[in-house]
Amino acid sequence: MKTPLLEVRSLTTQFFTEDGVVRAVEDVNFEIHPGEILSLVGESGCGKSVTGLSLLRLIPIPPGKIMSGELLFEGRDLLGLEEREMERVRGNDISMIFQEPMTSLNPVFTIGNQIMEALQLHQNLDKKEARRRAIEMLDRVKIPSPEVRIDSYPHQLSGGMRQRAMIAMALSCQPKLLIADEPTTALDVTIQAQVLRLLKEIQGEMGMAVMLITHDLGVVSEIADRVAVMYAGRIVESGPIEAIFGEMRHPYTRGLLESIPQLEEKKKRLNAIPGQVPNPMDLPTGCKFHPRCHLMIDDCKKEEPPLYPVNKNHFSRCIRWKECC
Amino acid sequence: MTSFLLRRILQMFITLIGISIISWLIITTAPGGPISLTMDPKISPKIIEQMMKNYDLDKPVYQQYFLWIKKLFTGRLYSFKDGRPVLEKIWERIGNTLLLNLVAMTIIFSLAIPLGVFSARKQYSMMDRLTTFGVFLGLSIPGFWLAYLIILGTVELFGYPVLGMRSFVTEGFGAGEIVMDRIWHLLLPAMIMAIHGLAGLSRYTRSSMLEVIRQDYIRTAKAKGVPEETVYYKHGLRNALLPIVTLFGFLIPGLIGGSIIMESVFAWPGIGRLAYQAVLARDYPVVMTINTITAVLVLLGNFIADLLYGVADPRIRYQ
Ligand SMILES: Nc1ncnc2c1ncn2[C@@H]1O[C@H](COP(=O)(O)OP(=O)(O)O)[C@@H](O)[C@H]1O
Ligand SMILES: [Mg+2]
Repeated sequence: MKTPLLEVRSLTTQFFTEDGVVRAVEDVNFEIHPGEILSLVGESGCGKSVTGLSLLRLIPIPPGKIMSGELLFEGRDLLGLEEREMERVRGNDISMIFQEPMTSLNPVFTIGNQIMEALQLHQNLDKKEARRRAIEMLDRVKIPSPEVRIDSYPHQLSGGMRQRAMIAMALSCQPKLLIADEPTTALDVTIQAQVLRLLKEIQGEMGMAVMLITHDLGVVSEIADRVAVMYAGRIVESGPIEAIFGEMRHPYTRGLLESIPQLEEKKKRLNAIPGQVPNPMDLPTGCKFHPRCHLMIDDCKKEEPPLYPVNKNHFSRCIRWKECC
Repeated sequence: MTSFLLRRILQMFITLIGISIISWLIITTAPGGPISLTMDPKISPKIIEQMMKNYDLDKPVYQQYFLWIKKLFTGRLYSFKDGRPVLEKIWERIGNTLLLNLVAMTIIFSLAIPLGVFSARKQYSMMDRLTTFGVFLGLSIPGFWLAYLIILGTVELFGYPVLGMRSFVTEGFGAGEIVMDRIWHLLLPAMIMAIHGLAGLSRYTRSSMLEVIRQDYIRTAKAKGVPEETVYYKHGLRNALLPIVTLFGFLIPGLIGGSIIMESVFAWPGIGRLAYQAVLARDYPVVMTINTITAVLVLLGNFIADLLYGVADPRIRYQ
């Protein structure tokens, strides 16, 4: 097997708020290989964004803190880097795009300006060369007449165009890894599909790895190679996309899959998972999913289950994985 | 853009008329009148009647208002007190007031913004707490009280005069000394005038900055690898300053109000002191004209602030 591009080992991130400690990410392990698309899925609040932000060390400190773990990027632990060195990783080796294209671009600078900033920072390009490259990137993300659009301010673009500009900015320095945090969630459905297709296409051309964060399994099924399902700050199941969609081994994954609206079955009620996402300040004992689980037995309340290997690249954190699902 | 400008100018004109009518009503209905205040009680009723006539005081209030406008624009408006043309009296002094206000404004902006930015960057640090304390002190101390205290203090300590625009005795002063003397006389009142604005504006800058650094685009800039300092001063400050541009317009009325008090306390020969004296003497033409000029300055300040805002924020469209 190839050596992974990024290896995340027992990442634990917490927030120390006035109301108590938020255990947002707890002992998370995964790896991303060069050129693959790993999707991190789970309901809102399960710690996906915090995981993504932790990788770039962009957690607001305080209140947040990365309590422990290793982030081995090409063998080098990002958590051990000086802030200056980390700045050279951000936007250059690892980039990130965010959910809200409306608020994620600086309103007072042109998009060209914002794309050129990264190029000038990391690639030592002069202004003219950076501008040429920025136009090239805008063309690449299929923004029409890029040599004109480059001088637009974010408010002059539609949501979809802004997200394309964000992608152009993130990819301008040809990073090896792109963290895309719900890149299509805030967009109209038709635009969502376009942006997703674009992302997949560019990923194919440029060959970078992508960590795609989403709560939408529909999005995952379109483009991911591998899936990690998160619940209450933990990865509860991970495996290749066929395994997750075909033979899931965790009742939570099953619940998520059943809650995807199917066009043909419009009349059938959406099978939402019963109960609520647990409060990360006051998590249940044992398996964090047991209060909502139809397979729950007494043992589920006692100890947190480990990740059981279903086979060599498929894992489930359920003691009854054999009976599920 | 042109239609925006025309509309704004028309609006300002209407506002100005409104302001002048209201000031006129307030001034003429205030107790006391120009004659009773200045005149010897033994004077004959006939002379009083003649004076009332000269000053148009025998006419109804609304007619007096129109007469005032007419005289103002034909340059035949005279002070009740000394009979000199009002515009001439104001013209002599308005430069002094503008100078004082300009210096105060410069002090406010050049200190408040760095102070606010610094406080926000080091939120809850010792320095931040100290500036917060200083700000509330500055906001709660009455300006005139502080002015008297400082006048007393400096005269006691240095034995150097502070009133007026310059020392009375300047014989034997070199050119350098004369300049220093002028600056000294200018800076003290300007600094005291600036205290309130400085306190308010630095607070405002601080909260604006704190608000901005929580925004998504700040996180985007960090994710791009922009160094911390640049994120703060380029991406943050530029956005935090947007609302502050508009404050420029709001500061003017406060400063002019302050200059009435400070000019009186420091015997500064400006229109603030002139206005104060004119109010005491019920010198209607002078009071009204200064009021109107002040209103024009305030409206212009707001207008300029609006235009600046449009320059600073690409999202603003004038239509
Ligand atoms: N800055 C913060 N301060 C306190 N709690 C936070 C902060 N950011 C995230 N959290 C908490 O961490 C948990 C995980 O959040 P997040 O990763 O954003 O969820 P999602 O999976 O929807 O992206 C949530 O309970 C959230 O409230
Ligand atoms: Mg999120």
